[in-house]
Amino acid sequence: MATEAFTLEDLKRILREGAGADENVDLDGDILDMEFEELGYESLALLETCGRIEREYAITLDDNVISDAKTPRALLDAVTAHLAGAAAPVAA
Amino acid sequence: MTTPRVVVTGLGIAAPNGLGTEEYWAATRAGKTGISRITRFDPAQYPAKLAGEVPGFSAADHLPSRLLAQTDHMTRLALVATDWALEDAGVDPKALPEYSMGVVTASSSGGFEFGQGELQKLWSQGSQHVSAYQSFAWFYAVNSGQISIRNGMKGPSGVVVSDQAGGLDALAQARRQIRKGTALIVSGSIDASICPWGWVAQLAGGRLSTSEAADRAYLPFDEAAAGHVPGEGGAILILEDEQAALARGAEVYGEIAGYGATFDPAPGSGREPGLRKAIEVALADAGVDASDVDVVFADAAAVPELDRIEAEAINAVFGPQGVPVTAPKTMTGRLYSGAAPLDVATALLAIREGLIPATTHVEPDPGHDLDLVCGQPRTSDLRTALILARGHGGFNAALVVRAA
Repeated sequence: MATEAFTLEDLKRILREGAGADENVDLDGDILDMEFEELGYESLALLETCGRIEREYAITLDDNVISDAKTPRALLDAVTAHLAGAAAPVAA
Repeated sequence: MTTPRVVVTGLGIAAPNGLGTEEYWAATRAGKTGISRITRFDPAQYPAKLAGEVPGFSAADHLPSRLLAQTDHMTRLALVATDWALEDAGVDPKALPEYSMGVVTASSSGGFEFGQGELQKLWSQGSQHVSAYQSFAWFYAVNSGQISIRNGMKGPSGVVVSDQAGGLDALAQARRQIRKGTALIVSGSIDASICPWGWVAQLAGGRLSTSEAADRAYLPFDEAAAGHVPGEGGAILILEDEQAALARGAEVYGEIAGYGATFDPAPGSGREPGLRKAIEVALADAGVDASDVDVVFADAAAVPELDRIEAEAINAVFGPQGVPVTAPKTMTGRLYSGAAPLDVATALLAIREGLIPATTHVEPDPGHDLDLVCGQPRTSDLRTALILARGHGGFNAALVVRAA
């Protein structure tokens, strides 16, 4: 698998598929630096989301990503870092 | 100090012969059945092919996608029935102190359909594919938990698991919590496990009817009784302290006046089953004599031996042909933990209208010597009703409701 970008659009799609979306939150708004909790996602929703990201991108996120990545931007950065690191071994 | 009276102020019904209280009661008083061939999965390869499925329920019309991702069918029905029950009671939970409200439901199997889907992913795709929500979506207590979260209810809560008897045991536990000082408890139960996994589990119990004719499949107290048809659904009831309910001007359906529960002696002991004692305890708890009871809603197992035991218990307390007996669940199938709360709701609606709904399609076995209300509903001045429920493995429960 070639290195893929993990974008906000990808994250929003996975959030909606795995955990749905709070009817009072506009995911298409400016959410990059909002906390997941404000967006209506509790820890289990993030566990489900990270599980789906791991499956789709064939990576294994560190356990602390779920607790440390409080915002979409932080999660995007964490996944992007893993994708960069994982690209070589996955491709081989 | 007198014990506070506990009353029912709201009903939310999801039944195979009607979604919502109005639709259900209209169907029930007209004798309309909700039993038909299973549509939720293809039953062709199974010996039992009929069920009572709740018609016309589209969860997405009622619930946000956040909840759809993490809920089994039974939980979705329970959340929507709770919304309806609260609306019926005129209660806005957001306007009340969160510790003044609790949730006590019953469950018999948990969220089987959700669980089956996740187990299929586990074995076909691997553990990475199992939803994080499987951690609770299958669980017995999940309806109580989700109702509590959605409505901000943090008072005493829990779940009772005693098969069909649990529907009454939960209402009794709700009454206990109100007597101890909680103003309002959401109680009752919705059960649903009409999926292949749930189906094989029920088939293993050996009590399912294998008839494929909807009007011949579930015939309690009939010589042709040969097991039951399972159904899904039930009722959610809002229980309140009577003084609190009256103080806010609530309309009251009736009082949860008495309750009794017993456990059967060990099989083969030769001792009498516990149902008669449960009835006597419930009547004593309500402070009524057998002659005060205007109608009995039977457990109605439709297993000949169990029908005989129930008829004997009723006749021991009320005398042969001594009280009108009915089983409207002949129109819905047995709803497991949802059955008795639906019977309690039906009893309250029957009291309000003065009409005993009929036991449908049954030709009563004269050997049971019951005054079974069959064919047509019966008009009657009703004040006090007794509801019976038995759970697999020896649970007996009896509950008395009384007009407000």
